[in-house]
Amino acid sequence: MDWTDDAIVLSARKHGESSAIVQLLTAERGRHVGLVRGGAGRAQRGTLQPGNLVRAHWQARLEDHLGGYRCELVRATAAAIFEDRSRLAALSSACAVTEAALPEREPHGNIHADTCALLAALEAADEGAALAAYVRWEISLLADLGFGLDLTRCGATGSEENLIYVSPRTGRAVSAAAGEPYKDRLLRLPGFLLIADEAPVRSELAAGLLLSGHFLDSHVLAPHGRTLPPARLRLLDRLSADS
Amino acid sequence: MAGAEIEQLVHLLAKLPGLGPRSARRATLHLLKRKEALLVPLSRAVAAALENVRVCSSCGNLDTQEPCAICADARRDATVLCVIEGVADLWAVERTGAFKGRYHVLGGVLSALDGVGPEDLSVDALVRRCSGTGVREAILAMSATVDGQTTAHYVIERLKATGVAATRLAHGVPVGGELDYLDDGTLTAALKARRPA
Repeated sequence: MDWTDDAIVLSARKHGESSAIVQLLTAERGRHVGLVRGGAGRAQRGTLQPGNLVRAHWQARLEDHLGGYRCELVRATAAAIFEDRSRLAALSSACAVTEAALPEREPHGNIHADTCALLAALEAADEGAALAAYVRWEISLLADLGFGLDLTRCGATGSEENLIYVSPRTGRAVSAAAGEPYKDRLLRLPGFLLIADEAPVRSELAAGLLLSGHFLDSHVLAPHGRTLPPARLRLLDRLSADS
Repeated sequence: MAGAEIEQLVHLLAKLPGLGPRSARRATLHLLKRKEALLVPLSRAVAAALENVRVCSSCGNLDTQEPCAICADARRDATVLCVIEGVADLWAVERTGAFKGRYHVLGGVLSALDGVGPEDLSVDALVRRCSGTGVREAILAMSATVDGQTTAHYVIERLKATGVAATRLAHGVPVGGELDYLDDGTLTAALKARRPA
């Protein structure tokens, strides 16, 4: 059995003295794990940094074996954003969330494409736009996993105006008037999630992370006995501290 | 087969980095053949290390004295700290002979995979060392990995309150490195960190 695919490195855990168990998000086969011989060594450690784009060749005797990877670096995203704390935190968080949220060996082509777009935004866009892209990426991840939020109209009145809350139970937007009596129990809907071009401030980004984090935690991770990964919590801490 | 003592020796040597069961057997045979020249001095050296080597309470280095020889050396610049992940990195920087300040060993890097959080590193001790003790600069000499750089950013954030200037090692073209053979990540970092000629 063997195949070759484009992939994003999610993590590389040292195995034995010089090998590594590597988690990849592949374009056609979803989250896929394999062994890289020499992956913890000097020659390949740089290639296997989280967030890097690689061309991966997987080989195993049987389909359900762990198998071995040979990875060729396509784009070194991690090295490009080392200097920027917020982008690096977002990159680590994206890789950790993907690893925690996606089932193994289940194709998720959209999530791979969205994650590639996110990595490009983290490299190229200004900081506010890059972090806004991260929040949107989490919301699209939720949608791809079957827990899409409906932010187009009020779940209570059907109104498309003045949407400022989200119901933590249904994931539907709620207008200011309809949500007023329950505002302490509703999640805040930041404006940049409704208007694509709006440049968000830190507090809006933190509100976006709280919103997507609530649904990731309760709908995706908690049923499997998992919680939001530490890298995701650190990203929220960073944005909350600055806002 | 060999006796229990020999098997135990092979078993323990095989746990050392770089040695597997086969090479551990070869090392065991080599030691047993050269008892007086190797085995006896080695066992004495191991016993002495066990007895005397301790972790420096100030910087986290390993030494036989407290504080360690580096912290106790009055000729070293106490106003500059080099913050490193582990003792192996301290030895690497010392080998260069280019750094004359003191060190602070963090004891690892933040790593979600390995379950290492801020509370597992000696960041609090670093902040205490930098608070009102005359330290001017902390050089963050972390690995050029996502975990290493995430840790560096975290330490920079924690040091802000102390007023100590935090600096970082440059990433770029190694001495003797040819551009054609460099990996894309190193070249990217080198281009970003370019300086006026």
